[in-house]
Amino acid sequence: MLMEFLNFYLIPGIVLGSIYALGAVGVTLIYGVLRFAHIAHGDMMTTGAFLALVFVHGLGWSVPVALIPSIILTAILAVVLDRLFYRHLRKGAPIVMLMASLGVGLMLRSAVQVIWGVDPIAYVSGIQRPVVYGEFRIFTRHILIVVGALVVMGGLHLFLTRARLGKAMRAMSDNPTLARLSGIDTDRVVMATWVIAGGMAAVAGVFLGMDGHLHSMLGWHVLLAVFAAAILGGVGNPLGAMLGGLIIGVVEELATYPWIGTAPLLEPTYKAGVAFAILIALLIWRPTGLFKGKVL
Amino acid sequence: MEGILLYIVGVLTLGGIYAILTLGLNANWGFTGLLNIGIAGFFATGAYTSAILTSPDSALYLGGFGLPIWLGWVASMLTAGIIAWPIGKICLRLRSDYLAIATIGIAELLRLVYRNEAWMTGGSRGITPIPRPFDGWDPILAQFLFLLVVALVVLAVYLALERAATSPWGRMMRAVRDNELAANAMGKDIEARRLEAFVLGCMIMGLGGAVMSSYLKFFGPDATDPLLATFLVWLMLILGGSGNNRGAVLGAILVWFIWSGTEIVTGFLPDVLASRAAYLRVFLIGLLLQLVLRFRPEGLLPEPLHGRKSGRSAG
Repeated sequence: MLMEFLNFYLIPGIVLGSIYALGAVGVTLIYGVLRFAHIAHGDMMTTGAFLALVFVHGLGWSVPVALIPSIILTAILAVVLDRLFYRHLRKGAPIVMLMASLGVGLMLRSAVQVIWGVDPIAYVSGIQRPVVYGEFRIFTRHILIVVGALVVMGGLHLFLTRARLGKAMRAMSDNPTLARLSGIDTDRVVMATWVIAGGMAAVAGVFLGMDGHLHSMLGWHVLLAVFAAAILGGVGNPLGAMLGGLIIGVVEELATYPWIGTAPLLEPTYKAGVAFAILIALLIWRPTGLFKGKVL
Repeated sequence: MEGILLYIVGVLTLGGIYAILTLGLNANWGFTGLLNIGIAGFFATGAYTSAILTSPDSALYLGGFGLPIWLGWVASMLTAGIIAWPIGKICLRLRSDYLAIATIGIAELLRLVYRNEAWMTGGSRGITPIPRPFDGWDPILAQFLFLLVVALVVLAVYLALERAATSPWGRMMRAVRDNELAANAMGKDIEARRLEAFVLGCMIMGLGGAVMSSYLKFFGPDATDPLLATFLVWLMLILGGSGNNRGAVLGAILVWFIWSGTEIVTGFLPDVLASRAAYLRVFLIGLLLQLVLRFRPEGLLPEPLHGRKSGRSAG
């Protein structure tokens, strides 16, 4: 019973939570520096996942290797999208950028649908067998996802606390006017934000694709969970977003565990409702999140 | 000739239904600056409410209430409003970003419920037949008369919103939108005003859904696709001119004509290309939204400057 709980609920929850965390960090950074909720983030994950597919199916690379060009291309794409669609809106109300991101998300999704169609595609076909240690079983891809997410987020944490540019990013997130007055190059910080958020969205998208199938709605379906995670961790707080992602992922999986009797506590179809319920509860009782982030 | 005429009547009818939705969004975004990205959810709620209350008895879905169509339409406004109220109550204390995220969430959740609770909505099979006004009349005449009904509903919503916009309530709404701090300092209850505008807009969206389900005679999960029920409506409002009711109606009809016109073009393509081209149309919708935001953010018909002249002469 305990092993079943571990194998089928807790581990998938941690895996899903790591993916949410990668997305939520991007959302929280973009909000911190650019002051708007980036609705296209889910579709940016989808785009990253499909860019990796080009290298997996086209050149026969393994998924972890294909992740690298996908990160680079998605980061470049994020910067280009900023130049084309967001930069000229920065002078106005931030809410207009939110609306523009709605349109950008739609464009990314439909571009994926035009190029790759709407049918689900897998990176690697065939059934993958888990590694078994007695009763404990784990899939290699799950280990890969959790370790990969830890490495990426550890790297980001070092960047934000040690590197000059990372510190400038935090300064701009804390107080944009003061940051500008103290001579921080805002354009460079904005670019760095998009590179990091785009790159991490690609990692999240590829991991989502590894854990299931790729399809054009891949990112859109997790968008709400990603935002709930960012708000749970306190908007503008990257460490909080990581923890928020993990919590939402684990709670989503555990909600379907048969806690009372033998039926799942929550029908798996309604798993998406968990993130929404957490979001609403937060907005009622604690809009600053767990770690006293900003309130938008 | 008759075929073309009927086609135009069909496009105008759907364009009119979209005009109802766009007017509803205008009450949210145009008047009050509330970002509602969950139009599809309120639209679907209205559509299913009316469909369930008016359609004949069936084992496949909840039905058999047999209420008159107009009562179904009124009820659809009520249910959409009842769902909107708590959402607004919770989110409107905070900046509009939270409302945007929460409305995406509620719309996806409602669509999930409507798809899965088959005892109520027929699940993926949907509800059919939904009665339409003038059923059993001469089909061509019925088409025309239904268009007339839609036009009357649009006119009624338009007049009501125009009246609201030029009333003290509308003035207060613009004050809340444009300078929240000043409005608050003048003792206006910002939260309550926003909630009124949000619920009102969502009720109008529910009505739009009800009229749509009557028109289609069939309503299933595919009709609640956020592309058609949310994004297209946003483009209509932004292009037509947010804050301007006439602009909302113009934008709705114009965008619907473009949208259904491009469908004819892609219809001539071979099958393989046609399915891809359908998504290309969606891409163009997204691009058009960006272009309007960049080059003509005020839309085709900018927001009228209510009462500025009288304000000056009085001052």
